[in-house]
Amino acid sequence: MHAEGSDVIATDLLWLPTWTLCKREITRFLRQRGRIVGAVGTPLIFWLMFGGGLYKSFQLDGVEGSYLEFTFPGAIAAILLFTAIFSMITVIDDRDNGFMQGVLVAPVSRAAIVLGKVMGASALAVGQAVVFLLFAPLAGLRPGVADVVVTIGAMVVLAVGVCGLGFWIAWRMETTQGFHAIMNLVLMPMLALSGAFFPITGAARIVGWLMTINPMTYGVALLRCSFGGVAEDTASRIHWTLALGVSVGFAALMVVLSLITARREARQAAV
Amino acid sequence: MSNIVAVNGLSFRYGDRLALDDISLSVTRGSMFALLGPNGSGKTTFFRILATLLTPQDGTATIDGFDVVKDCAAVRRRIGIVFQSPSLDIHLSVAENLRHSGHLYGLRGGDLQQRIDAALAAVTLADRRGERVKALSGGMRRRAEIARVLLHRPQLLILDEPSTGLDPAARAELWRHLGRVQAESDATILVTTHLMDEAERCDRVAIFDRGKLVITGTPDELKSRIGGDCVTIRGGDLKQLAADIDAANFGPARALDKALRIETTSATKLAADLMQRFGERISELTIGRPTLDDVFIHETGHVFETSSESTSSKQKGRR
Repeated sequence: MHAEGSDVIATDLLWLPTWTLCKREITRFLRQRGRIVGAVGTPLIFWLMFGGGLYKSFQLDGVEGSYLEFTFPGAIAAILLFTAIFSMITVIDDRDNGFMQGVLVAPVSRAAIVLGKVMGASALAVGQAVVFLLFAPLAGLRPGVADVVVTIGAMVVLAVGVCGLGFWIAWRMETTQGFHAIMNLVLMPMLALSGAFFPITGAARIVGWLMTINPMTYGVALLRCSFGGVAEDTASRIHWTLALGVSVGFAALMVVLSLITARREARQAAV
Repeated sequence: MSNIVAVNGLSFRYGDRLALDDISLSVTRGSMFALLGPNGSGKTTFFRILATLLTPQDGTATIDGFDVVKDCAAVRRRIGIVFQSPSLDIHLSVAENLRHSGHLYGLRGGDLQQRIDAALAAVTLADRRGERVKALSGGMRRRAEIARVLLHRPQLLILDEPSTGLDPAARAELWRHLGRVQAESDATILVTTHLMDEAERCDRVAIFDRGKLVITGTPDELKSRIGGDCVTIRGGDLKQLAADIDAANFGPARALDKALRIETTSATKLAADLMQRFGERISELTIGRPTLDDVFIHETGHVFETSSESTSSKQKGRR
């Protein structure tokens, strides 16, 4: 055997490593049934419990239809967020065992590590959210094919955003416990104050402000607009163009921040 | 023969602690080279610098003429790294792991498949290719790790404590495979180890202690520096016995873990004298050729500690 590597131009590889890291995320997920059950089952159970339990207890201000119906897009957002969280914990696990070290000593661009992880986790998140769409009739919802297609597009945007956020946080964490702490401190409030469970129009003023600056609010609004086939989400009074703009901007920002973090650590280590 | 690794004045600090102090050494192409040292000696830090995972504060290291800091992409194509902690995904099969790894090096298609077949054959795991890694024994996993790093045909294989966690049979098997890999390729193999018998198997050994390179040479060269044999004594109250032996001008007697050792050019006479003088306090006396353990004690003046956990190896660094 002789080193053919010597003949290859010495640049870091991007797309093939991105693809293989992405594929590995999906393969290992499908082989861990517990993760599938956790990511789809938990939001489904909570949605049915709260949506069903509060079915007739609340009539939300400015919201038509049942509570189960109202929280359906919110449950989709929850699935996307939970999957992102579970997937990004593996960033820390991979680093603790030798898997990530094996990637870091290969001639792989740091961007491939970010993109592979984020794309893989986003594919998983969207896949599970699509499965969840099958439960829409339980809430009396019967979306048209076009609405479902547009909703899947919205899910992709939202998934990339939350997975990018997850990577950005996880890459800098030393332990999974630290990640859980951030999850409870930041990610869960982001979901709670996204308009997934109650409309912004009926919230106290300070909560309303927090909801307005929460990027998840626009993601949930985008899901409501696309799923309901309406131009404006009545619960948040956010137009779909604003919802799409903020969601795309958030996703792009999170991916860029993840790329910068993954590369900056390289430079810090080089000092 | 040219050198594949050339290290000059290499130093590394974790904060204020000097983990590597002005290391200079070279590794000949095609050889099997051991970095021998106790935990905390700096060998793992040295390994991580060669693996392009840490950047030294001072000095240079080149692999095949490429600087490990400035030309790390070129270096990464030329090295294959086996870490102490397993780098295979246990949820994937052996072949899936290898395919994944090949992709990381830009390999694909039929070429990759052929390389996977060859690498698995080299470590006799061809019949396990479809099995999930979690179903393999520790020894097989380590061999699969070696197959993984052979795919891109590295010029330099670097293994960090490769037999950690393996039973003696699996260790012997691993070294048999390493020998075979080296014989069938032009690859240079560099191993960090704290095990003397593993270092003895290598062409050359560099002994590390407390961040310094103590000495480099072939195992025979190093042992010949002792210039004689070693008498090892076991018995009760070794501390007092050592003091008495020194006082009687038979020493110096160096204290090992549960024994005393004396270097001498006339072992038979010394043994007879010791038995005559201290016979009732000695439970066992053996005469042996020097080992690398003796070399370590001879060169550093203290015992080779293997029990304490390395702090340097716990340090994390990413690039």
